Amino acid sequence: MAVNTPAIETYLVNTPVREKPFPFAKLALITVAMLFMALFLLLPLIVVFSEALSAGLGEYLSALADPGVLSAIWMTVAIAAVAVPANVLFGIIASWCIARFKFTGREFLITLIDLPFSISPVVAGLLQVLLFGTTGLFGPWLSDHNIQIIFALPGMILATTFVTFPFVARELIPLAQEQGNDEEEAAVTLGASGLQIFWRVSLPKLRWGLLYGVLLCNARAMGEFGAVSVVSGKVFGYTDTLSLAVESLYDSYEIQAAFATASLLAMLALVTLVLKAALEWAHRDELHALKRKKAAT
Amino acid sequence: MSTTIEIKNITRSFGRHTVLNDVNLAVQPGELLALLGPSGSGKTTLLRLIAGLDFPDTGIIKFDKDDALGRKPKERGVGFVFQHYALFRHMTVFENIAFALRIRRAPKAEVTERVNALLKLIQLETLASRYPAQLSGGQRQRVALARALAIQPRVLLLDEPFGALDAVVRRDLRRWLRQLHEEMNITTLFVTHDQEEAFELADRVVIMNAGQINQEGTPIDIYREPANVFVHEFLGESNKFLATIKSGLVQAAAGFPLGTTTAPDGQATAYIRPHHILLRPSLRGAWRVQRLTSTGAHARVTIAHNETQAESAMPADALLESGLTEGAPIDVTFTGGTLFDAQGKTPTKLTALKPTLTQFTNLHSA
Repeated sequence: MAVNTPAIETYLVNTPVREKPFPFAKLALITVAMLFMALFLLLPLIVVFSEALSAGLGEYLSALADPGVLSAIWMTVAIAAVAVPANVLFGIIASWCIARFKFTGREFLITLIDLPFSISPVVAGLLQVLLFGTTGLFGPWLSDHNIQIIFALPGMILATTFVTFPFVARELIPLAQEQGNDEEEAAVTLGASGLQIFWRVSLPKLRWGLLYGVLLCNARAMGEFGAVSVVSGKVFGYTDTLSLAVESLYDSYEIQAAFATASLLAMLALVTLVLKAALEWAHRDELHALKRKKAAT
Repeated sequence: MSTTIEIKNITRSFGRHTVLNDVNLAVQPGELLALLGPSGSGKTTLLRLIAGLDFPDTGIIKFDKDDALGRKPKERGVGFVFQHYALFRHMTVFENIAFALRIRRAPKAEVTERVNALLKLIQLETLASRYPAQLSGGQRQRVALARALAIQPRVLLLDEPFGALDAVVRRDLRRWLRQLHEEMNITTLFVTHDQEEAFELADRVVIMNAGQINQEGTPIDIYREPANVFVHEFLGESNKFLATIKSGLVQAAAGFPLGTTTAPDGQATAYIRPHHILLRPSLRGAWRVQRLTSTGAHARVTIAHNETQAESAMPADALLESGLTEGAPIDVTFTGGTLFDAQGKTPTKLTALKPTLTQFTNLHSA
């Protein structure tokens, strides 16, 4: 036994030190990953901007200043401004009750939250038409009261909210379950009221999950096409969102304007990424600590 | 002045499972009291009831003359240290300790002053801007304690305070906590399943089992005079022999004498700690040495009488001097022990047959 021990130790110490076991494999894998990224992510991005600017900056700006495009920008922002907060609110409530309480229907609720992910957005849009359209379930009542939902902003908001429903909740539920209830109890013994616990403990400890959820939810809400296209009626300048406007313009052979509009959506994605990176950088100490803790457990 | 805690007829059930069953306990002002028991004995539930994190089905909890159950956790003045610390992960050490003061809207200068004093107390002044995840287990434990002390509580409650720490840190922290308690003199209850911890730290120990208090007293009293079989078994190893008592003489069912007692005639169970079994080499001995093992400072000797086995313990040096070898025949003397009746209650002392002093002399001269 005593003779064997040093040999084992040598082996254990040396193994991690052995560098580059397969230099070729490593290089090949990195190259493939890089090429893939370039081909499927970088190239399209370059094409979008080069096409958008193909007729010069002046044309690019005037394409964006078109009343139809401006209206699409407004519609997109309006939809996201309602859908994202609604889903944030819902996500927080859902994660709170799923993580804290055991109740009948809890598993069912978790499954239900995933539903919008597994349904085609077009079906989701159609669903709204079947419910709120003129021949739909609530159609007669709505038209009696002069409320228009389908082919108008409310329908588009409803469809987008439905499609982006799981983003925040899906991010928060596992996080809240993992974090448990200990810190809330500690806050109780330290004299905090229910509201104080929520604002000072529960919400802040979920904030990174919440941030990712909001960014994803917002990106999807602004970029949503399928569901919105079914309920919007696609009247350029009235009920087009940015993604719908891209299609409208492209279909009417205004290629440069279509790409200029598309570049806005691409910029949205870039801004989202930069924002996320900046926030992570600003809170790097805290995040680093969280990661270390996770690695330790 | 320190606070008295009075617990009367407390019962708490979760569904059909009774976790605490008619518990009565009085904690003296400034006392450091340990609730000792196996997991599931209800000790943590009792702590949570005192803190106001849970509520009893029936019973009374009073702080001095104050009905604590009628008050919110905030008004009870209880400091609670959680088993896994439950520090706020998104706050720095400073903010964690300042939390209760901020909740109470204390002036900024006062918060800074008080938190700095507490940081000094726990010797972590240099780590004020760290996050909990950047601290070691012992450091987190101390931050949790400082956070609980920030409101200057009347009562301090600690749930398995050293459970998640390694042995060396645990020992240091234990001594530090004992010292701190002597300085601040806050009535303190802590929960543990570790006998050594309870005995070293506490003024008084309360032994809990299956939702009831089995015994309370000073560590020495409890160890010397365990109230029932559970307490005896919980406080460390012992040899267990079925025995018959006949006019003061105790005879093991396996056919060897155990000693004398004042208990009435009948059946009993004798519990004898390993260090109460003295061994002496003897060619006519009815026992045999089966196995010798050393655990460092102490030696263990497994002995056998026909089919019956027993464990004896002695200082390792004494074993060397005794000249005991495996397989050797020996004489055995039981220098102490406890007899329990068929219900495992009414303990009586078991005393040695012969004067033990000669046994000692014989052992060392052998």
